[in-house]
Amino acid sequence: MASEKRVVFRSTWLPWLLLAPQLAVIGVFFFWPAAQTILQSMQQQDAFGTSTQFVGLDNFRSLFADPSYLASFKTTAVFSVLVAGLGIALSLILAVFADRVIKGALAYKTLLIWPYAVAPAVAGVLWLFMFAPSIGVVSYALRKAGMDWNHLLNSNHAMTLIVMAAVWKQISYNFLFFLAGLQAIPKSLIEAAAIDGARPWRRFWTIVFPLLSPTTFFLLVINMVYAFFDTFGIIDAATEGGPGKDTAILVYKTYYDGFKALDLGGSAAQSAVLMFLVIVLTVFQFRFVEKKVQY
Amino acid sequence: MVERNRFLTFLSHAVLLLGVMIVAFPVYITFVASTHTAEAIVQAPMPLLPGDQFWHNYAAVLTGAEKGPGSGAPVARMMWISLVTALVISIGKIAISLLSAFAIVYFRFPFRMFFFWAVFVTLMLPVEVRIFPTYKVVADLGMLNSYAGLTIPLIASATATFLFRQFFLTVPEELTEASRMDGAGPMRFFIDVLVPLSATSIAALFVIQFIYGWNQYLWPLLVTTDESMYPVVIGIKRMISGGDSAQQWNLVMATAMLAMVPPALVVMLMQKWFVKGLVDTEK
Repeated sequence: MASEKRVVFRSTWLPWLLLAPQLAVIGVFFFWPAAQTILQSMQQQDAFGTSTQFVGLDNFRSLFADPSYLASFKTTAVFSVLVAGLGIALSLILAVFADRVIKGALAYKTLLIWPYAVAPAVAGVLWLFMFAPSIGVVSYALRKAGMDWNHLLNSNHAMTLIVMAAVWKQISYNFLFFLAGLQAIPKSLIEAAAIDGARPWRRFWTIVFPLLSPTTFFLLVINMVYAFFDTFGIIDAATEGGPGKDTAILVYKTYYDGFKALDLGGSAAQSAVLMFLVIVLTVFQFRFVEKKVQY
Repeated sequence: MVERNRFLTFLSHAVLLLGVMIVAFPVYITFVASTHTAEAIVQAPMPLLPGDQFWHNYAAVLTGAEKGPGSGAPVARMMWISLVTALVISIGKIAISLLSAFAIVYFRFPFRMFFFWAVFVTLMLPVEVRIFPTYKVVADLGMLNSYAGLTIPLIASATATFLFRQFFLTVPEELTEASRMDGAGPMRFFIDVLVPLSATSIAALFVIQFIYGWNQYLWPLLVTTDESMYPVVIGIKRMISGGDSAQQWNLVMATAMLAMVPPALVVMLMQKWFVKGLVDTEK
């Protein structure tokens, strides 16, 4: 824990007043709904919402017995591994080359970071438009090249589409962190290796890449969280979870079951599972981040 | 770099240019599509050079003059709603986080650290994990289709509170002593000393939170059912309905351009603050 202030102000009511807005918001919009989620996840409502009955862990039991939920887990795993893996690899390549160039470095950086500002849903629409089976530019080119692209029918195509859109949006973020990581590596280390005769390729794998591993690991966690939660807009705009339910990641399914299928108990149980996942990921992230920070 | 290697320098520029082009390609296509007629776009392959319908299309979407198969609400109104929402969320988050960090660092009161951790654990409760009950609270409070509903549930901020607390802890004690000696009360000290000192953190957070607010999707999707309260990101989604070729893609793409421009400008023009904000919020 960080140190405490020696000099403080004395007032019995002022600190409460200062805290009040924040506490009101988190109480009403965070903790109360979160408690409701957990409560509802153990309840079952009839079709008209007239009676509610406590069912314990039944919702969870039926959830994990439901093949479509397990399929959604698998979809989420495939999606997030692809997004994190590709996003990290591509942005590392760009960052390594951006770290080399002297002329135009700022221009490259500016031109690579702006997709961060694009809303996920807008990114989904952009990629949907390029790959729309009958009118998209890229789908047209693919058809000319002999590939019949149709993400409305082919679930692999649909998955490819959302992965591309999600990676495109995230590259800027990864790129900035890799570039910062690369610039923090002492030049003398690299020069020493060069004097010893190590070629650039070898220097990258034996010096630069190992020194970047904390950044890479940090980005891995961040990208997983991104793929799990922040890609809802991309999926809703590009595929709406389809074809069938083949691109419905956990968050999408929770939303769909709650708001479209109106299965409140089931949706609440899914929310509770998600809550557990966030807690695990956050704890993981913080344990790691504490080790990373060296001021 | 360490040695002069013409080949590697050439390769670096080639890779970076390729990267820049791939990153820009979707937006280029979007821009091109937004400058043609709907008929020109649905004829595959669509034109790859900008057309002459720029003014017509943008004027049409901004005023909502041309009705497509989906929602045809005026985009100017949506942009306004997005702007207000993004500003209220970013300024609101910064304001309430500054106040709570000030309370936690500069006062002693019961359950102080308990409240700090209570704010902190909200990190683990994103909207996605409490969708329905949060929606219900907002509905019960009569905040659907209102600015309050779009913004207030999003303005708590664990990261900002944490960041300001960390920063306040580094402010020298002498400053506090000096201003107390001069007879300044806590609020005077807060406004005249702490807030100006935090200016760079505030600017950095503002950039990140503005983008966060502008790009909200799931939450406005739930709480806005009335066309006149759609933020622009929701508006785009609502414009698309039916099959590929039934869309007025030129108008959808013009709206997409309009939705991208303000946050992209913020990132590019305030690049320094943006980078600082990203690094700070991840600590």
